[in-house]
Amino acid sequence: MSDGVYQSDPARSLLRLDQVALQLGGHSVLRDVSFTVQPGEFIGVIGTNGAGKTTLLRVILGLLRPTSGTVQVFGRSSHRGNPAVGYVPQKQQFDPETPLRGRDLVALGIDGHRWGIPWPSSARRSRVDAALRAVDAYAYANAPIGRLSGGEQQRLLIAQALLATPRILLLDEPLANLDLRSASEVVKLVARIGREQQVTVLLVAHDMNPLISVMDRVLYLAQGRSAIGTVEDVVRPEVLSALYGYPVEVLRVHGRILVVAGTEVLGGGLEQDQHAHDHHVVQRSGLTRSGI
Amino acid sequence: MSDWLQQNLFAMLQNDAVVNALQAGTVVAVVTAVLGYFVVLRGLSFIGHAVTDIGFTGGAGASLLGLQALWGLLALCIAAALGIGTLGDRARERDVATGVVLAFALGLGALFLYVNTRFVSQPFTLLFGSIFAVDPAITQVMLVIGALCLGMMAVLYRPLLFSSVSPESAEARGVPVRIISMLFLVCMAAAVAEAAQVVGVLLSTALLIGPPATAAFLTARPGPAIALAAVIGVGEAWVGITLAYDSYTWPPGGKGWPVSFFITVLALALYLLARLGQPAYRRRF
Repeated sequence: MSDGVYQSDPARSLLRLDQVALQLGGHSVLRDVSFTVQPGEFIGVIGTNGAGKTTLLRVILGLLRPTSGTVQVFGRSSHRGNPAVGYVPQKQQFDPETPLRGRDLVALGIDGHRWGIPWPSSARRSRVDAALRAVDAYAYANAPIGRLSGGEQQRLLIAQALLATPRILLLDEPLANLDLRSASEVVKLVARIGREQQVTVLLVAHDMNPLISVMDRVLYLAQGRSAIGTVEDVVRPEVLSALYGYPVEVLRVHGRILVVAGTEVLGGGLEQDQHAHDHHVVQRSGLTRSGI
Repeated sequence: MSDWLQQNLFAMLQNDAVVNALQAGTVVAVVTAVLGYFVVLRGLSFIGHAVTDIGFTGGAGASLLGLQALWGLLALCIAAALGIGTLGDRARERDVATGVVLAFALGLGALFLYVNTRFVSQPFTLLFGSIFAVDPAITQVMLVIGALCLGMMAVLYRPLLFSSVSPESAEARGVPVRIISMLFLVCMAAAVAEAAQVVGVLLSTALLIGPPATAAFLTARPGPAIALAAVIGVGEAWVGITLAYDSYTWPPGGKGWPVSFFITVLALALYLLARLGQPAYRRRF
C-alpha cells in the first residue's frame, strides 16, 4: 500500500515490519503486515475486534515471534525488554482498596524490572514528579489507584511507560471505556508528549475519528492484513474493500468517518466496544437519525 | 490494677509454653503480613485459602505417619501452590474443578484423621490451631522458613509489585512474570502452612488477609502498608495469646479458650474499625 510522503528513507526507519504473519492456536491472526514508521510519527492503528491489533503490538514488543516475516526496531530484531519500546497495555480494573498510590504505579516505570527493594532518593522522586506533571497527573498522584477514574489511571500508565524513556510508545486501546471528553484529552496529551519528547507513537483504537486531527498516518488492520498511509490515501472504498476482501463503503457523516459493510459499521463507529461484535452492528438509518 | 497486670504478665512470661507461643506467633504474623500485602494486591485470597485446605490433608497425613504436622502442611501447601501456579490465570477460571479438588483433599484428610487413633485432639489442633502445644524445635524451624520467605520477598519485591499491578507492562520490560508468580506462590504456601500451626488450616487466611486488608484502609503506600500489616498482625497474635492464656480462669473453666478465636475476633474488629475510620480524604477518591 502507499506509504505516501514517508516512503523515502528506509534507513531512518524506527520500526519496520516486512510480510509479518503469525498463527496462534492454528488460527491466522496476522497474514501479511508490512509497514515502516519514521521517527516522530503519530500512527493510529485502526481495526475492528479480532483484527490483530493487540497481537501486532505484542509482536513489536518481542513478546510473540512471528511465524514468518521480519520485525525490526532500530534496524535490529525486536526483543523483549527493549527499553526503547514503551508499552501502555489495555487498562485493567483496580479494586478501590488496592494498597498502591498512583505515584507508586508510575515509579515502577523507572526500575520495576530490577530485583530488590527500591531505596527512596530525591533524584527518584523528582523523576516521578516530572513524569506525573508531563501527563497532568500530579494533583492525584497520592490517591489510591483504585479510586481514580479511567482517564486518570490511563495517564498514570502513560507516565509509567515514559519513565523508561522510550523512543516508541505503543498504546493499546487507551480510549476504550472513556467518555468522549476524556478520550479527546488523552489523545491531545499523547500527541503533545510525542512532540515534546520526540517519541514516536502507535496508538491502537477501533475508532479513528478522535485521532484524525493528530495522527500523521493511519495503519489500518483487517483480516490480518495492513494498509498504511494518510487517512485520504487509506480510508477509501477501493483500498479497504481490498483489505477486507468484500465491498466496503466509506461514509462521511457530520465530519465523522464511518466504514460500513452492508449494515455493519466496521470502523469509526460510535461504540467503545470492549465486549462484543454486536456493538458493531448498528443500523445505518439509526446512525443518521441520531445525528452522528 | 497495674500491680495485678504486672504480676499476671510476669507469671505469663515465666511460662515456657507461652513464650514459645509468642515466638511462633510473632514469626507467623510478620511473614503472613508481608506475603498478605501481595495476596491482597493480586486478589488471591481465595487461592490462599485453597492452598491451606489442601495443606490440611498433608498435615493429617504427616500426623498419621507419626511426623510433625508442619512437614505435611508445608509439602502439600507448596504442591498445591505449584499446581495453581502452573494453571496460571486458568486456576481462577476453573472454579468448579478447583472446588472439586479441594473437597476431595478435605475428604482425604478426614479419612487420615479417622484412621489416626494416636492423637485424639489432632483434628481440632489441625483445623483450629493449638499454639501452646507447638514443639519449641518446630518454632525454630518456623523461624528459619520465615526468614527464607522474607529474604525471597526482599529479592522479588520490585518485579513482584510490577507484575502484580501491570502484568503486561512488566512482561514487556523483560520481567519473568511466570517465574516470579511461582516463587511468590511457594512463599505464600510456606507462610500459610506456618500460620496453620498457630491458628489452624481453617483460619490461617485470617492472618494472611486480615492485617494487610486492615492496613490497606489506612495507607496506600506499599512500604508503610506492609510494615503496618506486620504491626497489626503481631499485635493480634500477642493480644490473642494473652487473652487465651488468661481464659484458663474463664468459664466454663478447666481449659483455655482457643487462641484462634481471639485472633480472628481481633482481625475482624480491627478490619471493621479501619474500614469505618479510614481517613476522610480517601473516601473522596
